[in-house]
Amino acid sequence: MAEEHPRATGRRGPGLTRRGLLKTGGGVAFAGLSIAALKLPMFSVDGAKQDPAKCRATDVSATSQELIVSNWPAYIDPRKKATSTVSVFQDRTGISVQYTDDINDNAEFFAKIKNQMGSCQPIDRDIIIMTDWMAARMVGLGWIQPLDPSGIPNVHKNLIQPLRNRQWDPDLDYHAPWQAGLTGIAYNAAKVPEVRSFEELITRSDLKGRMTLLSEMRDTMAFMLRVVGANPDKFTEAEWGQAIDRLSEVVASGQVRSFTGNEYIQDLAAGNIVACEAWSGDVIQAQFDNPDIKFVTPEEGLSLWADNMMVPNLAVHQANAEEWMNYYYEPEVAAKLVAWVNYICPVEGAREEMEKIDPSLVDNKLIFPDNNDLKDSFDFMPLSDQQSQQYEGEFNDVIAG
Amino acid sequence: MASTAGVAPEVGAPPPEESGRRRGRTGYLLLIPGVVWLALFFVIPFYSLVATSLYDPNGSVFRGYEMTWEFSNYWHALQDYWEPLLRSLWYAALATLICLVLGYVLAYAIAFKAGRWKNLMLVLVIAPFFTSFLVRTLSWKLILADDGLVVNTLQALHLMGADGRLLATPFAVIAGLVYNFLPFMVLPLFASIDKIDHRLIEASSDLYANPFVGFWKVTWPLSLPGVVSGTLLTFIPAAGDYINAQLLGSPNQRMVGNVIQNLFTQANDYPAAGALSMILMILIVVMVLVYVRKAGTEELL
Repeated sequence: MAEEHPRATGRRGPGLTRRGLLKTGGGVAFAGLSIAALKLPMFSVDGAKQDPAKCRATDVSATSQELIVSNWPAYIDPRKKATSTVSVFQDRTGISVQYTDDINDNAEFFAKIKNQMGSCQPIDRDIIIMTDWMAARMVGLGWIQPLDPSGIPNVHKNLIQPLRNRQWDPDLDYHAPWQAGLTGIAYNAAKVPEVRSFEELITRSDLKGRMTLLSEMRDTMAFMLRVVGANPDKFTEAEWGQAIDRLSEVVASGQVRSFTGNEYIQDLAAGNIVACEAWSGDVIQAQFDNPDIKFVTPEEGLSLWADNMMVPNLAVHQANAEEWMNYYYEPEVAAKLVAWVNYICPVEGAREEMEKIDPSLVDNKLIFPDNNDLKDSFDFMPLSDQQSQQYEGEFNDVIAG
Repeated sequence: MASTAGVAPEVGAPPPEESGRRRGRTGYLLLIPGVVWLALFFVIPFYSLVATSLYDPNGSVFRGYEMTWEFSNYWHALQDYWEPLLRSLWYAALATLICLVLGYVLAYAIAFKAGRWKNLMLVLVIAPFFTSFLVRTLSWKLILADDGLVVNTLQALHLMGADGRLLATPFAVIAGLVYNFLPFMVLPLFASIDKIDHRLIEASSDLYANPFVGFWKVTWPLSLPGVVSGTLLTFIPAAGDYINAQLLGSPNQRMVGNVIQNLFTQANDYPAAGALSMILMILIVVMVLVYVRKAGTEELL
């Protein structure tokens, strides 16, 4: 393309020439680098660890009847209706709720609030909802305010057994689960026979290039660790190495079509993929449109996770936030919510309430699992800062080519 | 990188002496908003990117990052990610070439053959911009779907095996790139070709050049400014693009843009991400300079 061609036009007179521009550009770049060498701001970044006891705002809940909640999209019943859980909360308490669904991705939301939280500045939210591992990371960073147990008696009373004693916050000092779910396998029964295990998912030839995995490191690697015979609750460096090598072989063989967030569900519905690693709630919702889509809990075990309500540093309506948490742990309210979002309800007693709302959901094991079913569920071992950095990096190298 | 797009206006013929000074000052005053804008949104972020690329790679969000002038970040980034880097350049080059062929024919047709439909055709070229880039790429996913019309037709014609597919292949990624950047090729080409004096082409045939020779001796050289700016406007964004690879490709088609995005948002490895961004930027600037010099198009830069 870059062939020479004779130029008929002569050089232009003074004005902007390429050479001139390059000189100026070079000069600017050089000046920039020399200024940079002088250790100006932004050269080196301080750690983002904070002390929640110091980074705390005065609670104005008593005088200002407000509450700002950030949640994931489609994670609450329609708010406009007079009978919705939010409307009833507002009527009952007089607190006006400002609700936004601006959390789409744990890592992305973390990146968004990192600069403020890391330097003890307010993010103007009273409740944020994060998945276990990110919640653990934020608690570890000291970004989260401890909750007053006397403000949330329902949470302590009604939380289902399998979600208690999580390694990262065993006494519910910092969090209250909003909804929980299972990570498992979804497949299209009209196109392929049942996919029973994760091992099958990553090896079966009829799924080659027609299956996806989740881009959340902990979701996918927990199963990979099980596949190589390790325990995600507690694994060694060597076991991690085996698991990541296995994943990298699987990717190189062309088995995996992509690593996705929520969007796998559209591909599954459109028939581009026939099986995938999936979250239970998405699958239940997709089943209403296409009953051929099935959810399996893999033979490797159950991966139970929760999205957790937490109060970030410098939130000014902590008492209101606790009132909200307490309210959503009333079985009746929880049942109303879960009838809409179809994830696993973290509240004991909601199942009985569901009889009155929608009896067809009562026996759905993916909404109200027996505590027995969940007994074998595994949890991903909490990672130290260094480990997390290393593992996320290695996982990323595999999924990003 | 926007430097090629924002060609500064030529200073016109030497102004009359008297008003010269005043006009000069107005020029600088008018520059201020642009310079402030660039300082805020280019120079400062660029400075921060350079800094990030030299941080101690052992830092983390918890502990913070120290400035240790870690030039080895660049070397490590190259070692770890040369594959997606080369792949990006290769895909972008292929897409640019295809765009050039398609775009040239289209621009030629619009300029010389469209007659009174010229404006309508130009509007049609620009029309896709009325919808978002993302939405258009997502709709390619529908078109190329495994159970979609295109794949089914190809399979019925036995041009493709029964389990063949288009999505998640290099074909889909390059097709997406071509589609998304085609207007950037067509518009500069059209601007160049439209300016060509028809009498020159007629003269070539008067001098017994057949249409083929006439094209290569007259039309092509005169359209070169459009070719150069079109290829630059296509190649530069295509090499850094990650949406097409993300939506239409699989992990084996990942481009360097995907890697950078993942390093920044998922892996939180800021030094590596910064170094890789810088490498991409330097590579492209060097390639563009060499290319522009080879093509000898002074007035473009």
